[in-house]
Amino acid sequence: MRQNLDVIFAYVIMLGLIILVGVFQSWSIALSILCFCLISAVMTMGANIQWGYAGLINFGIMGYTALGGLAAVLVSVPPVREAWQVGGLNMILSVILIALMVFSIRFIIKKYKKSNNKKYVIAAVIIVGLILLRLISGPAIESIEAVNPATTGFLGGMGLPILFSWIVGAFFAGALAYVIGKIALGLRADYLAIATLLISEIVIAVIKHEDWLSRGVKNVIGLKRPVPYEIDLQAKEWFINLVAKFNQNTLSLITDVSEKEQMLKQLVIEGSTVFVKLCFVGLFTIVVVVLLIITQKALYSPWGRMMRAIRDNEEAANAMGKNVVQQHLLIFVLGSAIVGIAGAMMVTYDGLFTPGSYRPMRYTFLIWVMVIVGGSGNNFGAVLGGFAVWFLWIEAAPIALFLINFFTSGLEETNALRIHLIDSIPYFRFLMMGVGLLLIMRYRPKGILPEKIKNI
Amino acid sequence: MDILNAIVLLLNYIFVPALSYGSQLALGAIFVSLIYGILRFAYFTAGDLMSFGTMFTILFTWYFQSLGINLGILPTALLGIPFAIIITISYTLVTDKLVFSYYRRKKSPPVMLAMVSIGTMFVTQAIVRIIIGPFDRRFFDGEKFILKANEFKEMTGLNEGLTIKSTQVITLLVTIIVVSILFWFLNKTKTGKSMRAYSDNEDLALLSGIDPKKVVMITWIIAAILATIGGALYGLDKSFKPFTYFNNMLPIFAAAIVGGIGNPFGAFLGGYVIAFSEILVTYAYRKFFIYVLPESLEPDSLLQLLSTDYKFAVSFSILVVVLLFRPSGIFKGKVL
Repeated sequence: MRQNLDVIFAYVIMLGLIILVGVFQSWSIALSILCFCLISAVMTMGANIQWGYAGLINFGIMGYTALGGLAAVLVSVPPVREAWQVGGLNMILSVILIALMVFSIRFIIKKYKKSNNKKYVIAAVIIVGLILLRLISGPAIESIEAVNPATTGFLGGMGLPILFSWIVGAFFAGALAYVIGKIALGLRADYLAIATLLISEIVIAVIKHEDWLSRGVKNVIGLKRPVPYEIDLQAKEWFINLVAKFNQNTLSLITDVSEKEQMLKQLVIEGSTVFVKLCFVGLFTIVVVVLLIITQKALYSPWGRMMRAIRDNEEAANAMGKNVVQQHLLIFVLGSAIVGIAGAMMVTYDGLFTPGSYRPMRYTFLIWVMVIVGGSGNNFGAVLGGFAVWFLWIEAAPIALFLINFFTSGLEETNALRIHLIDSIPYFRFLMMGVGLLLIMRYRPKGILPEKIKNI
Repeated sequence: MDILNAIVLLLNYIFVPALSYGSQLALGAIFVSLIYGILRFAYFTAGDLMSFGTMFTILFTWYFQSLGINLGILPTALLGIPFAIIITISYTLVTDKLVFSYYRRKKSPPVMLAMVSIGTMFVTQAIVRIIIGPFDRRFFDGEKFILKANEFKEMTGLNEGLTIKSTQVITLLVTIIVVSILFWFLNKTKTGKSMRAYSDNEDLALLSGIDPKKVVMITWIIAAILATIGGALYGLDKSFKPFTYFNNMLPIFAAAIVGGIGNPFGAFLGGYVIAFSEILVTYAYRKFFIYVLPESLEPDSLLQLLSTDYKFAVSFSILVVVLLFRPSGIFKGKVL
């Protein structure tokens, strides 16, 4: 208990801050901050597994997040039958063709190890395959995108409950990570960082522009929710009673009946948004807690010790008979899968999928700031980093406004400098993130909650 | 005649734009490569340093314009660049002093330095956006075209026009001058040689009495010069927007790696490789083949390998292919 005091202390402060937001701003804002804190925490846990456990730099977090989001679309949206009729068969054929290409190339590489003509054969397979692919999929894509372009124009999904997508998202991201890992894991650390960053950009480009799959920049809106809708809640008897019970004191002060009803209505509307967000908080908390338990168990298992050994001294671990390459690939896939879950969670919460909004600043670098600030190698640290950095990211604007007003209080209201500074408040969050990251890296390089290794 | 038309078509839509875009990338890639070779880390602030330099170029341009100073047919920005370079140099030297030197002294792993450069990236981005805002800005003035499509058509009597913007010529000329001075400096002067020695083998270089502080300082100065010039040229040619500059970091890195990171000459060529492949792959060749092929064989589709949406993806795919088959880059950089 005593050795975990710093963890408990840090979390209490964090929760206190969120409650302060609830008291001073509004509970709805506080809860949505909390939701995104939890989502960020899942992402940081994914990145932390790769960086903290194995020392792998993965700057492709944005790509996995987007794939998780795509999974949410593909799972929950009902299938567009018309689109399947006009182009479904060709698209399935194309998928089979791609699989055939991959297998034939693998076959050629394995079978003809020594042949010099291998390269040319592979090139020929790729070129012929691409031309065939173009011929098969081209017209199909056109006809799919022509089906009701204003509302659908894509193949749609499976029409399943959106909660499944959290698992599917993990599989999507894991599969992508497997491919990337196979390509890039042999590279030196900072090379891996650049390569993953660029590959994630490719993923985003595909999601953005393959309209038949994801509607691209036309966005998918109105995804189904795993929790009730506000509008339904407001009509439910039990919910109104619940709200009335919670606000007994305020309501009993009002004597006028019609006024009382008005007040109750207002409270129900406010209460419904809070209730919905509370449901989300509950769901997300379950994910975070389950992941925390699993990752903590893994960290202190023989496997976790092996990972640390590989991280701290690859050659020694290799000499002890551990397969470094395979373990790196495994952890790369696992970490990315967790990020995929977070991506699906985020789209579930927003209820819409906007491929245009995936930007490396927000989805890759910010997550890395969280990992570094929180404490790499320590799961509780990673979660705390997600909370603290996201909180600061959102609350940076009010803080900056306060500071600007404080420092320029000597200047007049109409002073050009003051107006300019107040206009550029949104960008102070970048400054805070950057300065925060630099300070932490300089004076507390292991993060707020440093890694603790139990000696057995 | 048809063949000539086809050639002019390719020149106009592929060669000229790719050459100027490639030069802008090359300037960025050289300094990324230089920092990687000498300071030994991936400098993620690259794109934002370029936008920092460009921002000051713009501010000086506005200042000169307000004073009524201009260069006639040349853009006023050329006058602002030297002043912007001075500010960017002091900025890189200050960040080095405040941030990077500490980790060098502690001999931190390159990953750590790369992470720190993400911190400076955030800060630089914030500074640029706070000072000039996130909006699109054009700061080009002077004569826009050297050769207009119509004039070219009248001159030669061809169907296809050739447009040459003055910014493209300026970009090319400035790049040639800057890059030749740089390579002369690296290959012929004593300081340049000591820098290359330091990049090849740090310990040996230190043993032979090379001052590491001087080498590091010169590297930052060169980086600031190249970043400002490259950024300003890109801004003149297209427009200045902090977000685009941040994104340009990606093709710049691709160029540096494709050319063999740590090898400035490779990075220089890498810039062109990336630019040309981006434009070659996403160009629709229909018109070209209409000119070249006999009428009976005329194509009816666009004959585009990939849609222009995938412009960025092309350069990154090249990077992946290069990483797979020649991890040290096309022109043999450091073996990694």
